[in-house]
Amino acid sequence: MCDLVSGAPMITYGRHQFPGKLFVVEGTDGSGKSTQLALLHQWLKAEGYPVFFSEWNSSPLVKDTTKRAKKRHLFTPASFSLLHATDFADRTERDIIPPLKAGAIVLADRYIYTAFARDVARGCNRDWVRAVYSFAVKPTMAFFFRAPLDIAIDRIVSGRPNLKYYEAGMDLGFADDPEESFTIFQGKILEEYDRMVSEFGLTVIDASRSIERQQREMRLMISQHLNRRRSKSH
Amino acid sequence: MEQEEYSGKLIVIEGTDGVGRSTHIAMLRTWLESRGHAVLDTGMTRSVLAGRGLKEAKTGHTLGRLTMQLFYATDFIDRLENEMLPALRSGFVVLTDRYIYSALARAEVRGIDSAWIRSIYGMALVPDVVFYLRIQSPQQLVERVLASGRGFDYWESGMDLGLGEDFYDSFIAYQTRMLRVFDRMSAEFGFHVLNASRSVRSVASDLRRSVAKIVDETSTSDETSHPPDKVAPINIKDVPKKALG
Repeated sequence: MCDLVSGAPMITYGRHQFPGKLFVVEGTDGSGKSTQLALLHQWLKAEGYPVFFSEWNSSPLVKDTTKRAKKRHLFTPASFSLLHATDFADRTERDIIPPLKAGAIVLADRYIYTAFARDVARGCNRDWVRAVYSFAVKPTMAFFFRAPLDIAIDRIVSGRPNLKYYEAGMDLGFADDPEESFTIFQGKILEEYDRMVSEFGLTVIDASRSIERQQREMRLMISQHLNRRRSKSH
Repeated sequence: MEQEEYSGKLIVIEGTDGVGRSTHIAMLRTWLESRGHAVLDTGMTRSVLAGRGLKEAKTGHTLGRLTMQLFYATDFIDRLENEMLPALRSGFVVLTDRYIYSALARAEVRGIDSAWIRSIYGMALVPDVVFYLRIQSPQQLVERVLASGRGFDYWESGMDLGLGEDFYDSFIAYQTRMLRVFDRMSAEFGFHVLNASRSVRSVASDLRRSVAKIVDETSTSDETSHPPDKVAPINIKDVPKKALG
């Protein structure tokens, strides 16, 4: 097959070798992961590293399709999964691989584990979803912000009184009431995250502790990866 | 995907660009309807969900290889779940202009891991028949491209692969590879091969004869229950069968 093509063959999970580093944050909505990532971003920039930030659902190619599908309730679990995978592939090809090749630090707010947790909670087959995303670059470290379910739900529901249709998993028939449906859906998502901790070696951060303490912990772990890289280049 | 029974027929027309697929589908549709069959025709990039977005993405030149495969897969699954399956359950004859095989071929010539792309399409239904409109050489396609007056298309010429200096060279190199992959798949998936270098009329009459056999087979054996065996997903190793909720 490879003789047919001028470019390099497709590389699968864990096989990429890049000079850059990829750090990702994961967790349910309201777990505080984006706040922590923003703080990391500031710190790494101040330290003089080239940093590139990449966010879930941010592909300019896919954006309009996703928006329309959400508005008009066009998704099934499978098409929801595949369109998000399309979005992620564009991010990978555009925002993740090129900066990593250039030796930058890439910070990703949500990564493949979001899809694994959510799509499985939405009824897709666990192995199938993993196969779909097998083109992803394996992160240097993946932080999972674990908050007790009731705290996470409180944070979201209090901040946003109107839960969106897919956010609450309303198409899945868990419950008629959006808040109840959301609670059941998030519970299933959390279960999936928990089983991925050992499967993918996620680094668990206790999201119920203070922001400062979480950030200190993360910086300490991340700097170990950066130091090693610096000393190697000497 | 759950195993399920349906009474319609899924008929696929495959072939490289410019072999006359859409012409034959239009003719088959008219002919089937005149014989009293309800017909749904569908084709790549025609989904409600992703069709427009995919076409827009293809007009720019920023569509990466992996992104393109997944966008096509999204388009496919939407048409499968929302168009083809409901129509098949209602007893329609579904005519589809390309199916997963074009997607697999395009991925393969772009160096995409074949286990990966096949696992994604593992959710597809096995069609009742795949007609492969086969042309002898890419030069014959060139004649059709020129005759159509629309000129060479960026993607049909595989320009994203950097195979040739210009559209012509690239088109020949790309379509040659596509033909090679199609020929290999033809044996693997048991395509019904039709020589598309002949006149439209003779290809059309071959198609009708074969389609008649397939659609008549149900209408006559309607009462005698024979278990439809065609819902088994494409047999791909290590792919879970239940991909959908």
